[in-house]
Amino acid sequence: MSSIVLRGGLVVGESSAEVGDVLIVDGRIAAVGVVADAPGDAVEVDASGCWVGPGLVDLHTHLREPGREEAETIESGAAAGALGGFTALVAMPNTEPALDNVALVSYVLDRGARTPLDIAVAGAITQGRRGEMLAPLAEMAELGVRLFTDDGIGVQDPSLMRRALTYAKPLGVRLAQHCEDELLAGGGSMNEGAVSSRLGLVGRPALAEELMVLRDIELVRLTGGAVHFLHLSTKRSLDVVVSARNEGLPVTFEVAPHHFTLDETACEQFDPLFKVHPPLRPRRDVEALRKAMRSGLVDAVATDHAPHAPELKDLPFDEAPAGMLGLEHVASLTFEALGSEDASPLRFFALLSRGPARIAQLRNSDVRIRHSGHGGVLAAGEDANLVVFDTETRWTARSSELHSRATNSPYDGRELAGKVRATIAKGRLVVNEGVLA
Amino acid sequence: MIGTIRGQNLLSLDNVSREAIVEVLDTAESFVEVNRRSIKKVPALKGRVVASLFFEESTRTRLSFETAAKRLSADVLSLAVASSSVKKGESLRDTIATIDALGIDAVVMRHQSSGAALQVSRYVPHVHVINAGDGLHQHPTQGLLDAFTIRQVLAERMGISGAESGSELFNGLRILIVGDIRHSRVARSDIAAYVTLGAQVRVAAPGTLLPADIENWPVTVVDSFDEALEWADVVGLLRLQRERGSGSFVPSLGEFTQTFGLTVERAKRLRPSTIIMHPGPMNRGVEIDSRVADLPAAVIERQVANGVPIRMAVLYLTVAGSKEEVVS
Repeated sequence: MSSIVLRGGLVVGESSAEVGDVLIVDGRIAAVGVVADAPGDAVEVDASGCWVGPGLVDLHTHLREPGREEAETIESGAAAGALGGFTALVAMPNTEPALDNVALVSYVLDRGARTPLDIAVAGAITQGRRGEMLAPLAEMAELGVRLFTDDGIGVQDPSLMRRALTYAKPLGVRLAQHCEDELLAGGGSMNEGAVSSRLGLVGRPALAEELMVLRDIELVRLTGGAVHFLHLSTKRSLDVVVSARNEGLPVTFEVAPHHFTLDETACEQFDPLFKVHPPLRPRRDVEALRKAMRSGLVDAVATDHAPHAPELKDLPFDEAPAGMLGLEHVASLTFEALGSEDASPLRFFALLSRGPARIAQLRNSDVRIRHSGHGGVLAAGEDANLVVFDTETRWTARSSELHSRATNSPYDGRELAGKVRATIAKGRLVVNEGVLA
Repeated sequence: MIGTIRGQNLLSLDNVSREAIVEVLDTAESFVEVNRRSIKKVPALKGRVVASLFFEESTRTRLSFETAAKRLSADVLSLAVASSSVKKGESLRDTIATIDALGIDAVVMRHQSSGAALQVSRYVPHVHVINAGDGLHQHPTQGLLDAFTIRQVLAERMGISGAESGSELFNGLRILIVGDIRHSRVARSDIAAYVTLGAQVRVAAPGTLLPADIENWPVTVVDSFDEALEWADVVGLLRLQRERGSGSFVPSLGEFTQTFGLTVERAKRLRPSTIIMHPGPMNRGVEIDSRVADLPAAVIERQVANGVPIRMAVLYLTVAGSKEEVVS
């Protein structure tokens, strides 16, 4: 394998950042600092004006394969991910059929191994994600699955969730919950509040999310099982999870880019591009999420990248499916949300790489298809999964230029700051000069 | 704020100015006269094509719009698509594209989903879209015809023409709206029209049938129907939207009638001049007692009759758009 030198970037470590070079040889980081003796055939990447850090890890990607290949495939999702700076993705199990057994998980792992990235899998908690019977968690854990979720819907039955936590605990895996009490959410299609009431759309109240967060914290306390809270969207949800985490309970949480960049007023034109569950919230919640990100309280940013075929987003708002794309814009949106504070480079990689890698247990995980290490420190000997993020480029998001098969991005036409210049995944230069290599 | 609906779409009354509403009411006034003629037809929209596209069952609104279009000499394409687009497997965009391909100037559209008319207006920007009711959102021509009816009744009592009065008769007018506000697109359009025209609006409903954020609405909530009976110059009743599941928001229809129905007893406590309105179709015996619906103070049939001139005015202003006099 050839060598790559990243020249003159701000190399961001776990607790400090310094301008320097990174030399990659044979899939590993060979040297960090001043690299004067790079091999003659090394590919040079100009990283000046860029942050160089561990490759990004997405805890929450809907790759749609099998079953909805018209919206996304593992291959197209991996390409979109690479352009977004990701070196590892966790594929969500709400495919058709759901990833609730060893055969289906193996299928996705096998397909994933043909992409340039590491593709991990989150398995379903219940059979068919129906919320009735436990899926074979132990068998899937044996394959290396470390996260389980019925995402798209939360496990509604508290007794089943309790049983799942008790069963999962000795397996060393984590249950990831989509928190919304569906009875309280009442089939609504946007946040319940002044906007929904004016628009005549049935609302999903914030309390539908918060009640399930509160319930699951108590179930964690009861069982000792670990829960990762997916896409928390309200200030109150954040407050209660942070306080539970401070108590020492094994809870973590992520925020999604749409929840920290868009508010409920985006639904005013009844454009189903802005329909998502949990829904876009009022501005005060958006600000609370951004503040929590800047304060280092958030464990991870995760995209909830949810491709949908275009005809489904031409349905009326209440009939259209929920979800929007995120892989190709999340790095820029996170960069913008963090602002230009001294701690921003460290926070950026904590939110998009180290935090999610730790939650997904991706660091040299013992999956059957061996994944490389992610979210590590930039030190000699580490697996070469890196991103070069250009902090100086400004650009305009265009849905027509996305690499996802789907185009349901809410950011078409938005001015973005910062752009992924290069992605090195498993030692290979996958993205260079902002395009697939 | 939309200053006039001339040449525009009519999707909602939320953002329509007082001047624009008065313009519609005044235009409708001249069409009332047309409807009294033996030959009830003017050539205003001759050669124009109006599609009426009803995804949701309706008899009176559809008939009213189609009558209005025909009296303006427009050609009417009438399509009943009374099933959800999902069940049909066709997207809203494809349905409207198909109709647009036939060559149309306007589409009058009713749909069970809030926002559907606005979505359609994005797909066919060259077509005038008139919302004939979208989900729980808006029913703008109902709001206009209700305002028109109130102005007409009050102007008649004073022996003046409605058009002369502009919006003056609404200043401080006390309007009480009762019933299922939460699920009512009529309430949303009525309140927007009345408040914009200068009326004071109070609402009475069981808590469950009020929108969750009623405190943000430009209305006052009264605790009981009874306490506002003597206050009201106008009582607007709403249909209990049982088909939208509002049945489960009250323990029983009987209890709803007991507490928020316009019973004979309550009707007796209204001032004799109080106008009683209902957008239809009525659940007689639920929100309104049958005998009350037939009182002279109830203008329910007049509302239906006024639907035609109002919809003529809306079609004329949006589609023809020009300012020339057409009625003569």
